[in-house]
Amino acid sequence: MQLSRRDFLRILGIAGAAGLVPGLANSATHTSDMYQMQGFGDVRLMHITDTHAQLMPIYYREPNLNLGVGEAFGRPPHLVTGSLLKYYGISPNTPLAHAYTPLNYVEAAQKYGKLGGFAHLKTLVEKARGEFGASKTLLFDTGDTWQGSGTAFWSRGSDMVEVCNLLGVDVMTGHWEFTYLEEEVRKNLAAFKGDFVAQNVKVKEDALFNGAQAFDENSGHAFRPYVMKELGKHRIAVIGQAFPYTPIANPGRFIPNWTFGINAMDLQELVRTIRAKEKPDAVVLISHNGMDVDIKLASEVTGIDVIFGGHTHDAVPQPFVVRNASGRTLVTNAGTNGKFLAVMDLKLGNGGVKEFRYKLLPVFANELKAHSGMQALINQIRAPHLDKLQKPLATAGSLLYRRSNFDGPFDQVICDALRKRNDAQIALSPGFRWGTSVLPGQTITMENVLDQTCMTYPETYARDMSGTEIKNILEDVADNLFNPDPYYQQGGDMVRVGGMTYRIDPAAGFGKRIDEMRLDNGEVVEASKKYRVAGWATVGAKSPGEPVWETVAAHLQDVKTVEIKKLNVPMLKNAGHNPGLDFS
Amino acid sequence: MGVSRRQFFKSVAGTIAYAAVVSAVPARLFAAWNQPAFTSETLAAAIAAKYGNMPIEESSAIQIKSPEIAENGAYVPVSIATTIAGASSISVFSEANFSPLVASFNIMPRMKPDVSLRLRMAKTANIIVLVQAGGKLYRTVREVKVTIGGCGG
Repeated sequence: MQLSRRDFLRILGIAGAAGLVPGLANSATHTSDMYQMQGFGDVRLMHITDTHAQLMPIYYREPNLNLGVGEAFGRPPHLVTGSLLKYYGISPNTPLAHAYTPLNYVEAAQKYGKLGGFAHLKTLVEKARGEFGASKTLLFDTGDTWQGSGTAFWSRGSDMVEVCNLLGVDVMTGHWEFTYLEEEVRKNLAAFKGDFVAQNVKVKEDALFNGAQAFDENSGHAFRPYVMKELGKHRIAVIGQAFPYTPIANPGRFIPNWTFGINAMDLQELVRTIRAKEKPDAVVLISHNGMDVDIKLASEVTGIDVIFGGHTHDAVPQPFVVRNASGRTLVTNAGTNGKFLAVMDLKLGNGGVKEFRYKLLPVFANELKAHSGMQALINQIRAPHLDKLQKPLATAGSLLYRRSNFDGPFDQVICDALRKRNDAQIALSPGFRWGTSVLPGQTITMENVLDQTCMTYPETYARDMSGTEIKNILEDVADNLFNPDPYYQQGGDMVRVGGMTYRIDPAAGFGKRIDEMRLDNGEVVEASKKYRVAGWATVGAKSPGEPVWETVAAHLQDVKTVEIKKLNVPMLKNAGHNPGLDFS
Repeated sequence: MGVSRRQFFKSVAGTIAYAAVVSAVPARLFAAWNQPAFTSETLAAAIAAKYGNMPIEESSAIQIKSPEIAENGAYVPVSIATTIAGASSISVFSEANFSPLVASFNIMPRMKPDVSLRLRMAKTANIIVLVQAGGKLYRTVREVKVTIGGCGG
């Protein structure tokens, strides 16, 4: 069932959200339209992140499992479903509740329709700029823009550069952008009309010696570390923070000249220098650290007014306020797959932010007209590939999605495909957080498969691993997810496992989280015994097999209808009352 | 030494006054090469062989700049600086290495106590830095994680 526009407006979930949508909450004349944005203060800073090249409107189910450990227990972004709604005062069964949580997902998705799409996003950006006065606004993109779709892969990210130029992105930073080759990254950045900033990407010393290109040979910065932006009479410093662990979580072989890191001390030094030299009215960091890392960084590094964050794909309705030695820093995270446009209005004074208003606006495709120019560009990008993208492969008998700490049904499909087509006992698939959802009854197209798999290192493998090796992989990834110190986390979710179950204690220390490893037939996985393991997306070296999308497509054509009856979630230990968990 | 002045300053990007690439310096050049300290197989034995029984105090005046997660365990860049007055020696230990003492720097009176090096780490471990000043040792510890990696995103 689709809602009429009138019904949609009537049931907007903002009545109980005083403060959430400031200026609208208790105003009888305005409660009807979440996109009616009264301007506030001096500048309007907008933000998109982790769109993963989803040009068209999509379904994307938010997680019901997003555990926080240590200090992050029960703290944003580690709140799901009812806990999240309660924390932010959002009414259930409303469009906002649907956008931020997986509650009644299928029913709500049918009711409210798809989200995102760059043509609809463009309409919303134009509206937000026009209302405020375009010269006093900026649009940030915190990366993961050039990867995630077939068209982005086939054009090596350049289709997204064109789209972002038309959208009007002013400043961006990156992560999956670096999964193309250095010369491709440089070429795309040359075509990008905005500024690309990253204080934490440096050219390695030996590469500098051999003449590798750098923004500043003395400092070693590969890219401009920050840019000053004039908005009316205000000057905003925008610093970039790329994903600090790119050459570890993704193949370093594509970008051998560059070295990354959180580089908190360098960042502090840079903020001090900017404040002294540029006398800015505000300093903001556009960051691909992930929200837990950003929160810790905000507590350590002083002098940053706002961190606009991405990477962890968390749709966080309001900024998290972090107090530090010299004041406060607002930390945001703006979701993924083009579902949201974040809008922050700031009142400035004394070199910082006096007051703010923030909205994480869901881009409901049924409620926003597609911008004709952007739609035309998108159609032009897709036209040569439409037959391939729209090729039907199977029918979804049940809901397919990916995002969750441990497993999503679409990953189960990938693991099943890997095991069957490689004759393997066990399958491993990375815990990515991108990948769209398919509703029950819908046709699964090649585009849906590419949404889950499309990247520059998709090759599959099948090889023998000992029980100890498998356990070491699980422990390593678990520590990347659950290390109590966020600086030691890499983002992403737990590696997905097919053909085997295990038990995990997220709160335990390194090497002690995983036990009870058993094959599906109940047989205990023995440390020294060898098992046939299939997988894909190897970071160290290129694997010999076919791209995983071919494996999955062939499997889907075999099975015809996909029914995931039971999710492959491990047994959880010591996670009973975590507000980041909801199995209901 | 095997390091040209140009290379020397280039390698520290002009921000650090003094550095030494230890691997490039032949052992025989050291006036008093402390063989037992560099070959001790435990942290405690290495510290004892290098510094005897000097008292050790935790210090926040030693800054260790190192990656939280190493991009390459075979080549971990570490910089150490201290504001402790009268610092005469800086030693770097990696707990998990077969020989934990990785490097030791004698700091001359007119030298800025600010050094950089690359070290090899087989697995996740603490880097322990000891600074000697007067008859006392000051210690700071920082963990560097070495992962098998590859499932983030």
